Amino acid sequence: MGENIEFKYTVENGEFQRAGEASSDVKQKLKAMGVDPSIVRKVAIAMYEGEVNMVIHANGGEITVTVDPDKIKMVLDDVGPGIPDVEKAMEPGFSTADDNVRSLGFGAGMGLPNMKKNSDNINIDTTPGKGTKITMEVDLKEA
Amino acid sequence: MDQFYHAVLLDRDKCMGCTTCLKRCPTEAIRIRQGKAKINKEFCISCGECIRVCPHHAKISDHDRIDVIKDYEYTVALPAPSLYMQFNGLEDQSLVLKALLELGFNDVYEVSAGAELVSEMSRDYIAEHKDQIEGPFINTACPSVVRLIRIRFPDLLPNILPLKPPVEVAAEMALEQAVKKTGLPREKIGIIFITPCPSKVAYARAPLGVEKSEIDNCIAIKDVYPLLLHHMKKLAGSEDADKLMSGKIGISWGARGGEATGLLTYHNYLAADGIENVIGVLEDLEDRKFRDLDFVELNACNGGCVGGVLTVENAYIAETRLKRLRKYLPVSKQRIEEGQKEMIPLERDIEFQPVYNLGTDIKESFIRLNQLERIEKSLPGLDCGTCGAPTCRALARDIVLGEASENHCIYYLKEKLRKVSDDIDGLDLSINCSQEGSLQKVRDFLGKIKEDIASLDDGKDEYEG
Ligand SMILES: Nc1ncnc2c1ncn2[C@@H]1O[C@H](COP(=O)(O)OP(=O)(O)O)[C@@H](O)[C@H]1O
Ligand code: SF4
Ligand SMILES: [Mg+2]
Repeated sequence: MGENIEFKYTVENGEFQRAGEASSDVKQKLKAMGVDPSIVRKVAIAMYEGEVNMVIHANGGEITVTVDPDKIKMVLDDVGPGIPDVEKAMEPGFSTADDNVRSLGFGAGMGLPNMKKNSDNINIDTTPGKGTKITMEVDLKEA
Repeated sequence: MDQFYHAVLLDRDKCMGCTTCLKRCPTEAIRIRQGKAKINKEFCISCGECIRVCPHHAKISDHDRIDVIKDYEYTVALPAPSLYMQFNGLEDQSLVLKALLELGFNDVYEVSAGAELVSEMSRDYIAEHKDQIEGPFINTACPSVVRLIRIRFPDLLPNILPLKPPVEVAAEMALEQAVKKTGLPREKIGIIFITPCPSKVAYARAPLGVEKSEIDNCIAIKDVYPLLLHHMKKLAGSEDADKLMSGKIGISWGARGGEATGLLTYHNYLAADGIENVIGVLEDLEDRKFRDLDFVELNACNGGCVGGVLTVENAYIAETRLKRLRKYLPVSKQRIEEGQKEMIPLERDIEFQPVYNLGTDIKESFIRLNQLERIEKSLPGLDCGTCGAPTCRALARDIVLGEASENHCIYYLKEKLRKVSDDIDGLDLSINCSQEGSLQKVRDFLGKIKEDIASLDDGKDEYEG
């Protein structure tokens, strides 16, 4: 069956209200495929957290989701400030979010840990001042 | 009974084939075919949204007529809590109970009494099991919500609080009493629920989580309302509050938040009403976006059951009346007694029904999703509904599943027509009448155009079941 399916999303800067739209759309599509609910959930959570990070830390960006018969691959690409210390950023609870963002219920410092936990493969490619490209993969095992 | 039985029917003569219900159905269960609305039973959750919005009153609830009570030797009425809130100025619901007897029922058993038993059991159950599930418990009182979860949110099935809805508990208790009192065989006794909605009708006929419901028939609040009003006028002043079987907790189940507040000690709850809001909450629950919640109360109707499509009063006025009714009632009048505890839990698990799946396995679904995406891109993206599907994407899905064709889209047809017209232009240029064989050429061309035009109409009716 060869062909992969690709979905592209643009995440707008500062659009808190809309954060989560892209992950919710992907969720519906995976559900329609009959992907195992626990896998759909992993994708939805990992992508949601990445999407929110793009909104609150990185002035928005692009998300590309590719579904092939074996896995779901999410590439989140932004031209934000980058992450100076990735190891530190991955620590549960670590956050640089300001009070304003926190008052909206974001910034608990669990985003990156959740992304790691819910993907089978994660790669963070970041350059301070240039941007961040996060690639996550979730395996598509038959239910 | 078919587990996909739904309690919403179409009056074909009244249906104009407009797109109102099509666009408002929360599960995209409706298509317009041959100019009439058609409900896909696998997707219908009997929420009654289409009944509410149909401007031609062509959508009807499949409840029973009042004269079913004549089919039995002995009948017990089960009034929904929301019934009490239909009456202006009512201060004591025992007047309603009395009027029900005047109407011809032999006895009355308040659903709110069953509700108090479920409230008590819920408190115990949540305390005992809350650490065993991820996320909060979700109520089972609204059958439309349970039906929605089983087709769309399989991941949340373990969160369903596995207790029967109050109406079922009430039906079983009422039946037991009636048998004891009369000694009649089961089939001579009628347990009749006075319902605010078709959703409960669907539950009574095709229950989930229960082998068979003890509710024999469901009659609509709006049908008994005028008759009750008549008797209540005559009876006014003769009410007898001692006859009441339930207090504040029980009757509060009739409006949003009532079930949740009945949990008393659990303050970490969320109560959402209105089917679109319910879907929003379920989506978020599925993504584990709410932490630290113990309980989630979901009702398909705005305002809770007082907003049921078979009620007569405005939901918000009814909600205000509840406050007045509750005022002098004790908190609760029921306590779980010996032997009742075993009766309240659900009898079996509610199973996932993957009706939204595109294929029978991942491979097939993958191929079809690919097709669907491609077809969707070729459609205009207007979601106009004229094709008979609620959105362009829904039409694309129907096409992939062989239930519709591109020709259902009028914009697609327009494009085709344009091509036909281009062909005619081409004809002018290529024909030279003095030329040999040109007559045949004209014939061929006209034949082709005829075929094209005929194809414009294709697909309109060919997918009828
Ligand atoms: N796309 C990004 N661009 C720049 N910084 C990021 C990005 N994603 C995460 N970070 C940094 O990593 C930190 C931790 O991220 P996360 O675990 O999601 O917690 P939170 O978003 O709650 O702060 C953030 O506070 C931020 O400093
Ligand atoms: S909220 Fe109540 S009235 Fe509305 S569908 Fe659910 S059970 Fe019926
Ligand atoms: Mg984050």
